[in-house]
Amino acid sequence: MIEVSDVSVTLGGSLILDRVSLALPKVGVTALVGPNGAGKSSLLSLIARLRPLQTGHITVGGLPVDTTPTRQLAKVMAILRQDPGVASRLRVAELVGFGRFPHSGGRLTAEDRAIVAKTLEQFGLADLAARFIDTLSGGQRQRALVAMTFCQGTDYILLDEPLNNLDMFHQRELMRTLRTMADAHGKTVLVVLHDINHAAAYADRVVAMKNGRIAVSGETREIIRPDILETVFGFPMRVETMAGRLTVLHHA
Amino acid sequence: MIAGLDRPERRLALMAVVVVLVCAAFMTIGLRGDLALALELRAVRLAAMVAVGVAVAVSTVVFQTVCANRIVTPSIMGLDALFIFCQTALVFSLSGLGFAGIDPRLHFLGNFVAMTGLALALFLPMLSRRFDLTLLLLTGVVLGVLFRSLSALLARLIDPNDFAVLQGAVFASFNAVEPELLLPAGLITLAGVAIAWRSRHVLDVIALGADTAVGLGVAWRAAAAGLLVLVAALVSASTALVGPMAFLGLLVVSLAERIVGTGRHAMLLPAAALVAVIVLVGGQTLLRHVLGGEGTLGIVVEFVGGLVFLAMLFARGRR
Repeated sequence: MIEVSDVSVTLGGSLILDRVSLALPKVGVTALVGPNGAGKSSLLSLIARLRPLQTGHITVGGLPVDTTPTRQLAKVMAILRQDPGVASRLRVAELVGFGRFPHSGGRLTAEDRAIVAKTLEQFGLADLAARFIDTLSGGQRQRALVAMTFCQGTDYILLDEPLNNLDMFHQRELMRTLRTMADAHGKTVLVVLHDINHAAAYADRVVAMKNGRIAVSGETREIIRPDILETVFGFPMRVETMAGRLTVLHHA
Repeated sequence: MIAGLDRPERRLALMAVVVVLVCAAFMTIGLRGDLALALELRAVRLAAMVAVGVAVAVSTVVFQTVCANRIVTPSIMGLDALFIFCQTALVFSLSGLGFAGIDPRLHFLGNFVAMTGLALALFLPMLSRRFDLTLLLLTGVVLGVLFRSLSALLARLIDPNDFAVLQGAVFASFNAVEPELLLPAGLITLAGVAIAWRSRHVLDVIALGADTAVGLGVAWRAAAAGLLVLVAALVSASTALVGPMAFLGLLVVSLAERIVGTGRHAMLLPAAALVAVIVLVGGQTLLRHVLGGEGTLGIVVEFVGGLVFLAMLFARGRR
């Protein structure tokens, strides 16, 4: 499980995270939602040990993220940040292959190659495998980066707005892949989402943040409610059940 | 696995053949007089050019990868400015004659220690606390400006005859390489290149950016600090041997990247080293033995490198 206890972050005098505590059980998809500037990305960066902890403790699968060797953590947890630019001239298959770095240190074994090939297939990238990253569209690049993250084969997967730049088809594909990862492979997925309907449709749990604090967290059904959503996002919206699925009508 | 992946290897092999050809041309074209002596002189120069070319190429590739920027050169760390300042200060305090009389080995050691010392002072604090690479590089730029201004100040106070000695010492030149310095410079280069080669996979991951590298299990801060010290050692060795070569690295790395067409360091490192040797040895052969000029190759390389740098800037701006 992922345990965050009493974590605060101050950057340049302003409080970014305010005594955040959170316990996410193992296995399942958790959606992290909230308005801009709520601290979602900061929290994700801290869990993924990309930023140093100022106060508090975070453990992932029992490993404290600030003291565990980074290589060991990379075998347990994978992180995809928002829009990490890839400056290097690389082919899609090479980029996805980097996901195996924590395991093989850059020399891909036959097993690694099989995993890379499978992941490319899974993300519809097989045809693009030999293309250079800088010749791809934004959505294709995003898919390649997500594929690299999955290729790491970790129990914990953190994704910061992975649906950015993706068309409807690939948004749906990615969300369904996250479901499969949790249901069939027992992965623990923490994903920052902006479309509350993706959270409503695919997540087991929702964590809503506001002003650097956890506003509310719980089972999806308990969170996707008009009163709670209005407190978090600051405007009224309707929640209907359509064809057995919770749907948030926030366009009105 | 991927179609056409064999091509960079073939291009590397081709470049290796060109390297052998230019080295052979350099050693043989226009030989006159005492054959043994001439060959010995040329062998010393050739060895110096190979060592410097490889050191500059490898250090530039590593530096650009750590900075995640393909248009910077290690010279923005201010090491060559420090080198020029050291020579100016020495000429100023010892006079031209005294400067010429310094034991070359001692001189090399002093320069090397001064430059790596500065680099260590800049980069080692990275390990202990949070830091910003941009801030660190800017510190290097500011120190560089400081050393250059101090050099300019001292140069005004130097006797004109001594100034000519200084000019000879601060322009990169392969014509006056001290043979006894080849061994230390070569060993440092060899060790540095070996470390860079062993780190080639880590470099590939670092090139993806700091966050992605950490996510993939690279202790970025320690790796970056270590690699920057490696860069400084290579730059210091080559600068102490022949003088500063600011734009050579930029020139050869951008050429090498175009030739092999990949950012993988297993290809890029050897390609850049080969291109550097071709440019230096080929250029020197042309300048001295074909065109018969006594021009300093360093100046020509800096001129062409500077043009390439401007071209790269304009190409980026248009994109």
